[in-house]
Amino acid sequence: MQRDVSAKRSWLDPIYDPKIRGIVFQALLVIALGFLAYEIVTNTIANLKRQNIASGFDFLARTAGFEVSQSVIPYTSTDSYARAFAVGLTNTLLVAALGIAIATVVGFIVGLGRLSSNWLIAKLSLLYVEVVRNVPLLLQLFVWYIAVLRALPQPHDAKPIAGVFHLDTRGLHGPLPIFGHGWLIVLAAAVGVGLAVTYYRRAVQRQQLTGVRTPLLWPSLGLILGLPVVAFLLTGASLQFDHPVLGRYNFDGGLTLLPEFLALLAGLSFYTASFIAEIVRSGIEGVPRGQKEAADAIGLTRGQALRLVVIPQALRLIIPPLTNQYLNLTKNSALAVAIGYPDLVSVFAGTVLNQTGQAVEVVLITMAVYLAISLVTSILMNWFNARMAIVER
Amino acid sequence: MHPPPTTFASAPIRWARVNLFATWSNAVLTLTGAALSLWIVAAILDWAVFSAVFTGADGSACKAEGTGACWPFIQAKMGLFMYGRYPDAERWRVDLTYVLALAALVPLMIPRVPGKLWLTIYLLLAFPLIAYVLLRGGLFGLVGVPTELWGGLLVTLVVACVGIAASFPLGILLALGRRSELPIIRYASIGFIEIVRGVPLITVLFMASVMLPLFLPGDITIDKLLRALVGVALFSAAYLAETIRGGLQSIPRGQYEAADALGLSYAQKMGFIILPQALKLTIPGIVNSFIALFKDTSLVLIIGLFDLLGIVQQSVQSDPKWFAHSTATTGYVFAGVVFWLFCFGMSRYSAFLERRLATDRR
Repeated sequence: MQRDVSAKRSWLDPIYDPKIRGIVFQALLVIALGFLAYEIVTNTIANLKRQNIASGFDFLARTAGFEVSQSVIPYTSTDSYARAFAVGLTNTLLVAALGIAIATVVGFIVGLGRLSSNWLIAKLSLLYVEVVRNVPLLLQLFVWYIAVLRALPQPHDAKPIAGVFHLDTRGLHGPLPIFGHGWLIVLAAAVGVGLAVTYYRRAVQRQQLTGVRTPLLWPSLGLILGLPVVAFLLTGASLQFDHPVLGRYNFDGGLTLLPEFLALLAGLSFYTASFIAEIVRSGIEGVPRGQKEAADAIGLTRGQALRLVVIPQALRLIIPPLTNQYLNLTKNSALAVAIGYPDLVSVFAGTVLNQTGQAVEVVLITMAVYLAISLVTSILMNWFNARMAIVER
Repeated sequence: MHPPPTTFASAPIRWARVNLFATWSNAVLTLTGAALSLWIVAAILDWAVFSAVFTGADGSACKAEGTGACWPFIQAKMGLFMYGRYPDAERWRVDLTYVLALAALVPLMIPRVPGKLWLTIYLLLAFPLIAYVLLRGGLFGLVGVPTELWGGLLVTLVVACVGIAASFPLGILLALGRRSELPIIRYASIGFIEIVRGVPLITVLFMASVMLPLFLPGDITIDKLLRALVGVALFSAAYLAETIRGGLQSIPRGQYEAADALGLSYAQKMGFIILPQALKLTIPGIVNSFIALFKDTSLVLIIGLFDLLGIVQQSVQSDPKWFAHSTATTGYVFAGVVFWLFCFGMSRYSAFLERRLATDRR
């Protein structure tokens, strides 16, 4: 039944050659994408010319001319658009960083609550998760901003909390601490963190060599918190508080957290926490039962079993989706535009876009910033995952 | 694992002892939790019933300090919340569209019912055309209703359903592209997926609403709703692609090799062997993407469309007749409950499917 294959070659053969097909398909894709890009660019140039809109990035150096209600870095309306961009970016990073911290704490508490042997606590945690994660975040932001924070008393009627804080319709007012030598204290804290890391490494080394466990928690806490305190005392313990003073309409001075900021922070944190709770729960449930039983069998206490056996393995399951949630929170902070917190999207893709009309440049810069944050995080995550991965022997 | 009962306590008491009062710290937690639950229930009851306003022609009755829910507001605005400014006389068309969709969706969701293929073909091919004609009108003697008049839950459902339907084929193509052996196709897919997943939906919507008109030749103008749909579909396609890729990756190598050994072409291999298995595995993930998309539709209010949340927001903010703090709260709670019912229902369904599909693991 042997047939001479070569004799059957025809001019049609190249069509069935996977290599040639691959090249043809890819060439078609390149042509299609190239055509799309060409159309987009020429149309955009023509449209911009027709509407008399400038292009290029020169506008960044021009004077912004608008005020921003809250900013981490110094800013006035005479600063440039580039400065306004920086204000938006730092505001986004600020709310994202605080949101991540709060969401993690709340998420872990609720997630552990879901696993509690206490029936009522487990059900309450379940209720929290199911209610919060099935309602759009934007709606929750409106609820915080309009239904909750607008219901607060006027500044004149606000009763002090803990003596010095006032929560009213204008936000949360509190004393602003002013340290005499602020940078020294920050430096001391950084040194403390560095020393604590070194100490931790030494302790791990020692345990691997000798089997002796060194106490970790208190010495590290002492280093991280103690050094700044020592630095503070050594530099003359100069600490003053700038207390807010009630003016005619509002509090002046001191530290004020605007209601927009509070609403965004609360909304983002509690929404993301409901997702983190589920990640924590499934992570801990994902640790095989045998691991816990083995820990019991070799005589570890319940705390030791959790700390040394369950949590390290659960973290391996928890951390990748947790990072995703951190990224989601950062991206979701763009919803600030809906309640008027001056984040990157609100300041840059909102006000600056409207003033300059340079939609292409502004939207591209905004997207590039979020993309950069995502890429940096995923690079860090891949590095971290590679380190945490189980080394099979 | 429960300790054996030492006393002859009745079952509920034993249950409470084990599950609520096992240790001292547990008892404290239980009491705190009980206090919290009571407080929540009391607050909800007080707001929704005891302090609520039930009758009134406008917001004047709801303006008093300490008013709970303002139910007449919901009653007066119900039509607006459901249909937007869709003309009253034509609203039966929207209802008919819902009925036609449900007629196919409900049997499709019940595993026992046969004829899934035909139902799917109807839903994906025939229904969209019927729905377009019914909703938009202008054909067969139906009065045309421009999309500017659409609003409320109608827009939410249209954006979510068109978004998922349009993003589904695109997501499959992107997932296949990302696993392709052809480098240009692979990198083009990776580039699209990662860029879209790296930016917030708002920026994608901004791009669709501000930049899309610039990209097109000057004489073409496109509908605002259509612009939002393009943005939502592209955004959702990138996420769906990753879900489907997970399914593709979980199909054993042997399946690919067996298909190759049978001499199937790429399209046959994917269409008959790999995708049916992969998609079945990813149904729960797809439902989860749909839940996320459904919640995300509320963002279209930022580019000036009036979905359910958008129209509630507009009614509580700019209708002087009803302007009061309690109407705002009531409006948001109403929108929240509607969104919650949809999302919770879908997540229950997804969990049900997950249990049903996990037959191979036990």
